[in-house]
Amino acid sequence: MTASDSQPLIGVVALQGAAAEHVAAFRRAGARAVEVRVPADLDGVDAVALPGGESTTMSHLLRTSGLFDALSERLAGGMPAFGTCAGMILLAVDVLDGRPDQRCFGAIDISVRRNAFGRQVASFEAELTAGGLDEPFKAVFIRAPWVERAGDSVEVLAEIRPASNSSTDGARASVPVLCRSGPILVSSFHPELTADDRIHELFLDMVGAALAR
Amino acid sequence: MNSGDGASHLVGTVRVKRGLADMLRGGVIMDVVTPEQAKIAEDAGAVAVMALERVPADIRRDGGVARMSDPAMIEGIQAAVTIPVMAKARIGHFGEAQVLEALDVDYIDESEVLTPADEAHHIDKWAFTVPFVCGATNLGEALRRISEGACMIRSKGEAGTGNIVEAVRHLRSITGDIRKITQADAAELFDWAKQLQSPLGLVQEIAETGRLPVPLFCAGGIATPADASLVMQLGAEAVFVGSGIFKSEDPGPRAEAIVEATTHYRDPSVVAKVSRGLGSAMPGLEMEGLETKLAERGW
Repeated sequence: MTASDSQPLIGVVALQGAAAEHVAAFRRAGARAVEVRVPADLDGVDAVALPGGESTTMSHLLRTSGLFDALSERLAGGMPAFGTCAGMILLAVDVLDGRPDQRCFGAIDISVRRNAFGRQVASFEAELTAGGLDEPFKAVFIRAPWVERAGDSVEVLAEIRPASNSSTDGARASVPVLCRSGPILVSSFHPELTADDRIHELFLDMVGAALAR
Repeated sequence: MNSGDGASHLVGTVRVKRGLADMLRGGVIMDVVTPEQAKIAEDAGAVAVMALERVPADIRRDGGVARMSDPAMIEGIQAAVTIPVMAKARIGHFGEAQVLEALDVDYIDESEVLTPADEAHHIDKWAFTVPFVCGATNLGEALRRISEGACMIRSKGEAGTGNIVEAVRHLRSITGDIRKITQADAAELFDWAKQLQSPLGLVQEIAETGRLPVPLFCAGGIATPADASLVMQLGAEAVFVGSGIFKSEDPGPRAEAIVEATTHYRDPSVVAKVSRGLGSAMPGLEMEGLETKLAERGW
């Protein structure tokens, strides 16, 4: 598929982390995509993606670049957003096990536990069955967060059972790792690290629906 | 809705190991020797810290055998910050690497900054769940480390000098050869593999993708925001800062400025803004005056 001006323009926040993979995935899925580092980069952008990386670093750089306020305003105005891993943390209402000065957009009514599955030696791949996808999705979790609490407005699209040695609560049955609420989509894992673009396509469908409104 | 089973989690895969390196891209990894320094690094926006007993400038000054850090010291730093914590093992010293894996460090640097433990063999990094970063001075060295299982490559530079010249040489050598390989025809790739003393399959992969199979970071001699901007423009995907921060006059603001410059390296006005009034950088050393060249360790 080739991108034309009629297709949505996705701004991938590229302060730090795996932004390039999101840009590539959106282009493969037929959208246009640009990297966003300063508020002016948001001009003409229809939706944003917040990539994986370190959420504390991104929170710091969002503040110093002025992007935090600019993005808050756009999100409050209903702009669709997709957050993966650190991006999910940033879109949440609050963070557990984060830094006290870490800032979040509060765009989706979830509480997220940071590094919940453990340190890097516990990072893993797993087959995930997700609402809206016919076939399982190969999900890559890296020092991943999970959703500790999801509000009534939040649709949980996929859950996973933590391995028994996870940091916080080995006895826990399963935890949400892919959630949607209005125009906001968040995942604990990294769909941008695999060649499977179905979750990016799911987000583009959400963007299309929001723009048609 | 079905949920994945905890028993089916695959750990230590190549994708998971390289994935953490991908998540660190565009960031700054800082050498720290105390929990207090680790907090300063995290406050300044570091994406990870490297826990060690002495920064390279002090290792260079003190001499003697440089080894893996005391586990209690690494654990103190792990407890102080929420970002990934890396630690160094000696080249070839898989015993130290096993200890670091047991400590749950997030990445192991098989590092020429420490005294090598084996003169012929690097660590078999495939045998570990924890990922490894290794230094390289040229593309052949980088590909040999990747064939041994390294999931991130960094330039060696000349650690502890505050002098960027060696890191620039290493980055230019690696990226220059990658560019040449993308222009080579299929028959020439056999000769490239022979010249680089590297597996043919990795050379063919580079010919196809135009990049290393793992992220390429820069280390060795970064002391200023402009140094970070320089190496990012030369193709580094993130930077390690060793002695450059905590051997400078005012570490916190300098650390923050290097973080800003690494993110906004394309915009000289930002690099100029953050470079103002940082106090003196670490003093630095000329290459001609060095008794030991750390970059010559490893092969």
